[in-house]
Amino acid sequence: MSMSKWIRPAGRIAALCGALIVSSLVSASNVSKPAPSFTLPSRAGDTVSLEQLKGKVVMLNFWASWCGPCRTEMPLLDQMHKRYSSLGFTLLGVNVEANTQDAERYLKDTPVSFPVLFDRDSKVSKLYDVSAMPSTVFIDRKGNIRYLHKGYKPGDEGEYLNQIRALLKE
Amino acid sequence: MTEAIAVKAMLAIALLCGLSACGNIEPWVKPYERQQLADPIMAADPHPISSAYMDHVFEAREGARGALGSGGGGCGCN
Amino acid sequence: MTLVFTKLWKRSLAAAALLVLPLGAMAGVLPDDRADALYHRYEGGGVTIQGPSILVRKKMAEKYAVSANYYQDMITSASIDVEVSGASEYKEERDQYSLGFEYLRGKTTYTLNYTNSEENDYEASTASFGISQDLFGDLTTITMGFSRGWDKVRNSTDPTFEEEIDRWNYRVGVTQILTKSLITYFNYEVITDEGFLNNPYRSYRYVNPTDSRLFVLEQEIYPRTRTSNAAALNARYFLPYRAALYGGYRFFTDTWGIRADTFELGYVHPVKQQWTLEARVRYYQQDHADFYADLFDRQNQQNFLARDKELSTFNSIAIRLGASYEFVPNGWRFVKKGSLNLFYDRLEFKYDDFRDARFSRLPTDDPNFRPAGTEPLYEFGANVIQAFVSIWF
Repeated sequence: MSMSKWIRPAGRIAALCGALIVSSLVSASNVSKPAPSFTLPSRAGDTVSLEQLKGKVVMLNFWASWCGPCRTEMPLLDQMHKRYSSLGFTLLGVNVEANTQDAERYLKDTPVSFPVLFDRDSKVSKLYDVSAMPSTVFIDRKGNIRYLHKGYKPGDEGEYLNQIRALLKE
Repeated sequence: MTEAIAVKAMLAIALLCGLSACGNIEPWVKPYERQQLADPIMAADPHPISSAYMDHVFEAREGARGALGSGGGGCGCN
Repeated sequence: MTLVFTKLWKRSLAAAALLVLPLGAMAGVLPDDRADALYHRYEGGGVTIQGPSILVRKKMAEKYAVSANYYQDMITSASIDVEVSGASEYKEERDQYSLGFEYLRGKTTYTLNYTNSEENDYEASTASFGISQDLFGDLTTITMGFSRGWDKVRNSTDPTFEEEIDRWNYRVGVTQILTKSLITYFNYEVITDEGFLNNPYRSYRYVNPTDSRLFVLEQEIYPRTRTSNAAALNARYFLPYRAALYGGYRFFTDTWGIRADTFELGYVHPVKQQWTLEARVRYYQQDHADFYADLFDRQNQQNFLARDKELSTFNSIAIRLGASYEFVPNGWRFVKKGSLNLFYDRLEFKYDDFRDARFSRLPTDDPNFRPAGTEPLYEFGANVIQAFVSIWF
């Protein structure tokens, strides 16, 4: 077989690579609509509802202990909550696992200061149309969803901080 | 002739990728339902150093070869 | 003087080199950093092969990953092929190095691999490229790959002998999540080899014209090309009490007339917090190549003649028992997780048209002597041990 015989298949492969590169997904989007209300049990033992937090900037973070990027994100989220919670900001970690044992074990090793809620039957995940893990939703003081982040990549926390500050100013 | 088959298979896959760009098939397993699939015991190749070795133990002694890859699955994060 | 009788084995090692580094990286997230150290030992059919394998992979900025592997075989062989040719046991060493790069962008992972292996009479290089793409909400992953290989075949008994092999691999794969607990994999691979495809030390045999009870050995003549197709379907299922069942089937055919089926079934069972047990059965069967025969009637009876048992009609069963123990489950300094693993495989090969020619090499007055063509069919068993430690950091 000579080299020229391979140029056509190689060209097809190159075209295919191009097609694959083009079909990557977008990671964040901006929307503005009322955030669906919900009530969930928290790890502390009480129940937390979104209504109670009107007037504050709320960051909902949907996570699971089996999700690598979620675990990477956790310490950064904890820092954010500690830094801004006195300024009218609160972070709610919504754990989406049906069995909370693994989450409890993870949190014992890596404690966080923000409330962790358990969405065992995926009611809230469905309500918020969670389509990536982790998913982060920013809700403003009026109760509207303002920013939505799908997934987490190192560096995203910079964008989170900007958006928190912007929403706190309102 | 089999080269032509291989290229046709790849073009078919390219078509599939093109479909994913336009059509929006709703995933029937939600990202928050992937706990079992993300479990380490469900990993397609949990010990790559071992599977590579066994693959060659067999390939060296048998006439057959190929089609041993695996990928995907897992947590579906990001 | 060393003689090597396992050229098909070497060539397949070179071709399978691209499997040393995991090509199918999960698009969306790169696999965790890890280092593995393995000791492997194969013993059976008069052959002992043992050695180490080290694998390290590291990612940077969740975008790039590098992996490297060193693999060595130390071979001591007095296999049936060695004995039938009248040679004595030989010792040999083979070293293999691999380097791989991965680049993740969005839902696409690009992979590059290079592998080089060397021993005193065989050298192989393989370069591979692969793409992996997540689609349909990450329920589907499509992978494609292409490899190119270059081998140099030498003969330690003839310094002037040097031949080449060119190899091309095309791979396509689809991984599909069907339910919360079920995932399926489909793979299709076309491989083409061109060049000197037989083992320079191996021989076919034909009936001795002066005494039909005996045989004469003559160097094999193989076609200079071979193209094969393989298609495999595998699945993995999560059992509700936390265990996994997996299995699959591979169909194989090639231009040499070989048809093969591979069946596999396995079970993974976690025990308590830190132990995982595994059991697996693999059944393989193949039909002989068109130009294969255990005993030809006369010299140069056909254009192509082979007696490699790897091209004969045979079946093999492999049964595995494995145990893994997770030490440092809560981490220790930079180590996130670690495991100690021990796998034992028992292999049994049974040939339907390859005979144990050692019986016809005995003196004709020996009570165990059997005329060529009436020797018992060959079979052998082998034990394979893998002991390895893995750490994730």
